[in-house]
Amino acid sequence: MADLRTNFLGIKSPNPFWLASAPPTDKKYNVERAFRAGWGGVVWKTLGEDPAVVNVNGPRYGAIHSGDRRLAGLNNIELITDRSLELNLREITEVKKAWPDRALVVSLMVPCEELNWNAIIARVEETGADGIELNFGCPHGMSERGMGSSVGQVPEYIEMVARWCKAATRMPVIVKLTPNITDIRYPARAAKKGGADAVSLINTINSIVAVDLDSFAPVPTIDGKGSHGGYCGPAVKPIALNMVAEIARDPETFGLPISGIGGIETWRDAAEYIALGCGTVQVCTAVMTYGFKIVEEMIDGMKKYMDGHGFSTIDDFRGLAVRNLSDWKYLNLNYIAKAKIDQDLCIKCGRCHIVCEDTSHQAITHMVDGARHFEVKDEDCVGCNLCVNVCPVEDCITMQPMAPGSVDPRTGQVVPAEYANWTTHPNNPSAVAAE
Amino acid sequence: MPDISAGRLTAVDYGKNFSDIHPPLSTHEAVVESDRCYFCFDAPCTIACPTSIDIPLFIRKIGTGNVDGAAETIFSANILGGMCARVCPTETLCEEACVRNAAEEKPVRIGLLQRHATDHYLQHHSAYGVRAAATGRKVAVVGAGPAGLACAHELALQGHDVTIFEARGKAGGLNEFGIAAYKATDSFAQREVDFVLGVGGIAVEAGKALGRDYTLADLKAGHDAVFLGLGLQAVNALGVEGEETAGVIDAVRWIETLRQSPDKSTIEVGARVVVIGGGMTAVDAAVQAKKLGADEVTIAYRRGPAEMGASPYEQQLAQVSGVRILHWVAPKAVVSEGNAVAAVDFERTALDASGRLVGTGRSVRLAADQVMKAIGQTFVFGPVEGTETVALEGGRIAVDAEMRTSLAGVWAGGDCVRGGEDLTVQAVDHGKRAALSIHAALSA
Repeated sequence: MADLRTNFLGIKSPNPFWLASAPPTDKKYNVERAFRAGWGGVVWKTLGEDPAVVNVNGPRYGAIHSGDRRLAGLNNIELITDRSLELNLREITEVKKAWPDRALVVSLMVPCEELNWNAIIARVEETGADGIELNFGCPHGMSERGMGSSVGQVPEYIEMVARWCKAATRMPVIVKLTPNITDIRYPARAAKKGGADAVSLINTINSIVAVDLDSFAPVPTIDGKGSHGGYCGPAVKPIALNMVAEIARDPETFGLPISGIGGIETWRDAAEYIALGCGTVQVCTAVMTYGFKIVEEMIDGMKKYMDGHGFSTIDDFRGLAVRNLSDWKYLNLNYIAKAKIDQDLCIKCGRCHIVCEDTSHQAITHMVDGARHFEVKDEDCVGCNLCVNVCPVEDCITMQPMAPGSVDPRTGQVVPAEYANWTTHPNNPSAVAAE
Repeated sequence: MPDISAGRLTAVDYGKNFSDIHPPLSTHEAVVESDRCYFCFDAPCTIACPTSIDIPLFIRKIGTGNVDGAAETIFSANILGGMCARVCPTETLCEEACVRNAAEEKPVRIGLLQRHATDHYLQHHSAYGVRAAATGRKVAVVGAGPAGLACAHELALQGHDVTIFEARGKAGGLNEFGIAAYKATDSFAQREVDFVLGVGGIAVEAGKALGRDYTLADLKAGHDAVFLGLGLQAVNALGVEGEETAGVIDAVRWIETLRQSPDKSTIEVGARVVVIGGGMTAVDAAVQAKKLGADEVTIAYRRGPAEMGASPYEQQLAQVSGVRILHWVAPKAVVSEGNAVAAVDFERTALDASGRLVGTGRSVRLAADQVMKAIGQTFVFGPVEGTETVALEGGRIAVDAEMRTSLAGVWAGGDCVRGGEDLTVQAVDHGKRAALSIHAALSA
């Protein structure tokens, strides 16, 4: 049976499923409910200096939904904890004492002065917490005050504050990165240079989820006005996975421990982050949609997956996908695939045909011998995968690679067995001769 | 002469008529359906399930591709989850409670999702659960029906050694000998029995009847605890003139014969069948009579549709199968011609001002070649009588909340106890609760 126990920077937890620093981890009450439900750890909602910040008293969240009103993306304009530092520290101490086997990391955000960081870290040390996470990601409200993502967008600041914090504490230091930046590798490199033990990402993405077309105000609307918030939930997962991947394969940060965050709802989402190198994952929106109980599905599903693949620990498959991350220019241009429609599974909706006909390569029939029939014309199919993605039936359309030596009916050329990429292609003006 | 014969149909029609009434969901259908579950908090479906299966959790696991995990969630609450997925009146249990009814009058198809998960598991596993270390304690279970099997499995998991004594030739109880054939095709009842027993530590002694081959005192002497899952043995009589006429039969016995015949063309059925009763057995008998090729099948029931023991879904199933349901008629006499049944005379009934059922004096005669009695079954006390005996209440065995009888060391559950609803799923719950109580008692 698979063993889900993790050791991330020396912080042990019974499973890799942590709750991210966010509303679900703002209070002892919530955190203890989470631990009872089975969560392996939490990053306590960001602490700041007293007096505590205040939140708006109108709506803090907005959402977009996919079909059947399934929550796909959530936007928030909530700030860091609005409870006093004393109260939070007391509760953190109590929770860590009561739950010694769970990971308890404390998220922090104070003005960019060494004395301020030193002061709050000293207080956190007294709680017995396992580590700290520097919140350089919050994109709304706090950033207007020179904190959160306004620090995370300047690599030099990240490096500077990380260095202060490492010097000030025995605890592992995790730097939480903002995605609101052009190239995620720079802040990650800065965190590493500053001595941070790990990075966690992504924090939320600047967003406006909707505009009210009667009041002409952004949603959520506070007395007729709205401001951008931070976007999260299933919709951001692809963005987050890419940023994690960029850090995982960057030679300068290769091997830097990562805690993956962004749109994780199921064991499968979590496993994808782990395959890209993450040592733990952090969840927020999913529990804010369904409650803490979803961790039962994640634990069981992950164990079944690992058992099925012969992995006995998380480390057995952690990072296995990193080696397969590539630049476009190195992708094999001699790999040729054609779409294939399983006629037994086809429900004849015609979506594959119309997207191919209208927007792609006119490679799917809609009538054959006077009957409604959808079939790929190999002589026109470029293997783009669009039909696979729009088909409502999973595995009805699949991409089938052509065997080397066979003839591609589209080009009339034999499929080569050898690998060849853009760097050596004759159409590339800067092609280098193949060795 | 009454027209009663076998072999009314072609082999192809028998095959078609007795195939699976609810074909299983394909993987695609299951994923689409699982997507409809809202993962409700304190889910109403789970509350409605007598075995409290964590339905949202198992559905979420199906949605994430963890189908075996889904089945384990089901089996951890209900080891007969496979049969329950087939025979539960879900429309009056979990699916009736589904909040999708309020939203769009279309519940998540929980029963079929449960079947999807459990079928998948049974294909790849011969048992569920791992036994705790052996305790050396011995428990006797009387009756290998749903209650006895569920009780035995839970006890085996806890490390106790169980012997099931079954009066019939094989295990399964009503899952094997009752319920309609089209609800449990491909010998599912026996496959499920094998799956339950696969956990180990359970011996079955078939052909051993309580009161005939051994007494309750014998069992108590040889075991640390006894569980009685006796079911119901007798079919209620009509109590009308002519009841003994040839052609008047017990629906329960007829269904049993039908279930045990691999070749349905050997089962005799009348051309015109009258089924008297209003419960699930009446529907199972009537629909199967129709499926065997009867020309006219009528269910005659003394009250209205709302009072029928058969669920609205089952009533509909009867009607779309071509069965006529005649309400508000009470049988008065079986009319015979020669030595065989020719018709049944009924009196039309109504409710009087005080809500009591009364005859109206108006009569109706239904011509019949065959009459099936399906007006309920009775618990027969006989086998458990003796110097040391269990107390009854309302004609069935009295039990407390932990399924303990009045006799120390003896538990009971399923249809033979007071308060039973004659449902497989409830029998499973009884068996499991009794097992946990027995385990607690043996561990004390």
